[in-house]
Amino acid sequence: MLGGFYASVALGLTLVFGLLNIVNIAHPAFVVLGSFLVYAANAQWGVDPIAMGVILTPLFFLLGMATYSVYHASFEKRDNESLRGLAFFFGLMFIIEVGLILQYGVDYRLVNAPYIGKVINLGSVTLPLRMLVPFCVALVMALGIFLFLSRTYLGRAIRAVAQDQLALQLVAADPVRIKRIAFGIAIATACVAGALLIVINPVEPAAGRVYIGRIFAIVVLGGMGSVRGTVAAAIVLGIVESVTSTIYSPSWAPAVAFGFLLFALAVRPAGLLRR
Amino acid sequence: MQQRRIFGGTRRFFFGAMLAAFALVSIGPAVQAEDDPIRIGFGMALTGALAGAGKAALISIEIWRDDINAAGGLLGRPVELVFYDDQTNPAKVPGIYTKLINIDRVDLIVSGYGSATITPAIPIAMNYDMVFMSLFGLASNEEFGYDRYFQILPAGPEPRIEWSRGFFEVAMRADPKPTTVALVGADAEFPRNALIGARANAEAAGLEIVYDETYPPTTVDFSPVIRKIQSVNPDVVYVASYPPDSAGIVRSVTELGLEAKLFGGGMVGVQFASLMEALGPQLNGIVNYDFWVPEPTLNFPGINAFLEKYQAIAEDAGVDPLGYYLPPFAYANMQILAEAVEATGGLDQDQIADYIRSNEFETVVGDVSFGANGEWAKSRMLMVQYQGIEDQSLEQFTEAGTRVVLYPEDWQSGKLIAPYSDAK
Repeated sequence: MLGGFYASVALGLTLVFGLLNIVNIAHPAFVVLGSFLVYAANAQWGVDPIAMGVILTPLFFLLGMATYSVYHASFEKRDNESLRGLAFFFGLMFIIEVGLILQYGVDYRLVNAPYIGKVINLGSVTLPLRMLVPFCVALVMALGIFLFLSRTYLGRAIRAVAQDQLALQLVAADPVRIKRIAFGIAIATACVAGALLIVINPVEPAAGRVYIGRIFAIVVLGGMGSVRGTVAAAIVLGIVESVTSTIYSPSWAPAVAFGFLLFALAVRPAGLLRR
Repeated sequence: MQQRRIFGGTRRFFFGAMLAAFALVSIGPAVQAEDDPIRIGFGMALTGALAGAGKAALISIEIWRDDINAAGGLLGRPVELVFYDDQTNPAKVPGIYTKLINIDRVDLIVSGYGSATITPAIPIAMNYDMVFMSLFGLASNEEFGYDRYFQILPAGPEPRIEWSRGFFEVAMRADPKPTTVALVGADAEFPRNALIGARANAEAAGLEIVYDETYPPTTVDFSPVIRKIQSVNPDVVYVASYPPDSAGIVRSVTELGLEAKLFGGGMVGVQFASLMEALGPQLNGIVNYDFWVPEPTLNFPGINAFLEKYQAIAEDAGVDPLGYYLPPFAYANMQILAEAVEATGGLDQDQIADYIRSNEFETVVGDVSFGANGEWAKSRMLMVQYQGIEDQSLEQFTEAGTRVVLYPEDWQSGKLIAPYSDAK
């Protein structure tokens, strides 16, 4: 169940980090930003959090495009993207966090929705809807991104940018524009992921940091830029964590999950599913 | 021409100002003792991880300053606060207190909020022999043994044990008596300490520990933890958690239908307005620690007047709108210091410390007296049970009866509803 949420966060990163090679360490901060906007709408007007997450995607798409434009103009164009780019995204992360603190304070925020606190029983298994609904939404979103990348012209162009930028220029397509759109889409998914996050757990401005390690691990495990791989890796990691917590001890869950990551990379260095 | 006139004006102004300054300096010393403010210095977490509580504490201290100034000040002198943002960063703290004492020349110091920023300030206070009033430092003075350190958190002389003593006392009141207990908590400083105390209390009560695990602070889904606990079927479940985990655990327990006689104990966060509002009826039945709740047995003189002032400011300041958990204690801390200053008739740190050590103080959080290590002489950790919570309004928590006090007996205001599933 947990894997679905991980997948929703990792999906955006797989586009940016896996396909465009941009180490967007601020991605979880965008997720938390999404959570807070969803919270604000929920507290003010009682809008369903996930619906609000979807409504906000165009806004986040534009935000992502703007972020990429700044990043491109200041770093990528001058060819010193790796380290300074990292610093840029670190800075961005802090700006988002501090902005949220100034606006909402440091308290934990939660949302209300009809499916929070309810369960469905499948035989002897009790499934909390609070986990099930985000899981389904994440899968639908992953399917959407997968179809977009494989079926549409623009999606294929994004994958082409990842493979050979020069070749793309030769067929008269603008790689920067395509990358900008891809970045926008990635940030838009962060918004939906933010809605899912606040349905699952209370959120505070710096909550994103908790997920940075896990999410990057999932992208790497999934095979750097493969949507199917990312979803598979996220679900596998979620299952490994849950099973370890249940059968052995919750303190070992991250250790076993990351041990599994090392093992998987040793056996399949290209990730679970190569793109 | 224009230029000159301005210049001339400035020169005249300077001359006048210098004269005035001379006049002030020459009569200064005579006036100082009468009108100069008494300056109280502290660092406070106004940004960073503890800023929510830090801001609430600052508001409370400012209310105290306004109250005392309205009543004619301290020793007949107005009170002025000198404070800096410590950014919840322990490394900043020694510098702040050194500056407060050496450069700002404050007369008195108090602590910021929380153990992380209190512990690094103690050596500085010791260096200058200053009395140090501490706001919620958990066993911070253990290593130093400083005799001018006084701590307002009502955990008593043995904080780790006292934190859960009430929970197990209440558990053993249930009929039939429980025989097994599950202990679970986050893998972090406070929960680990709380679990050490809980283990000792569980053993003292003769309970068999059937589950004893910690989980990493990054845990998102608590269903596996709760399922595992359900599989060993304990009578009592003790939880020591931080706010996000508390919310996750309460939700999972509700969703999965935990059957236990008693559930709760050391959950941080369920006392805060934001979580109480969001969790609402899911809190029913939980027995958890608290410091102050609006029950008739805890209606101390001055507390309601203080909360009224606090609540009027809190909403806009973006801090806990109810302010039951920390703010009254921040205010009481200052009351104690002020009473000691008035009683000793001066700012002699030696005399103030002696006075605080050997007297009982009437504050907005009740009567307080300190033991040898600067903690409360006798613990007043409350165990409260959430009862009859109907919806998610914040209003209901301001009324008596939603969090009834079960322990200690002196403050008891209601009866335990057990088992936990009945109270839900």
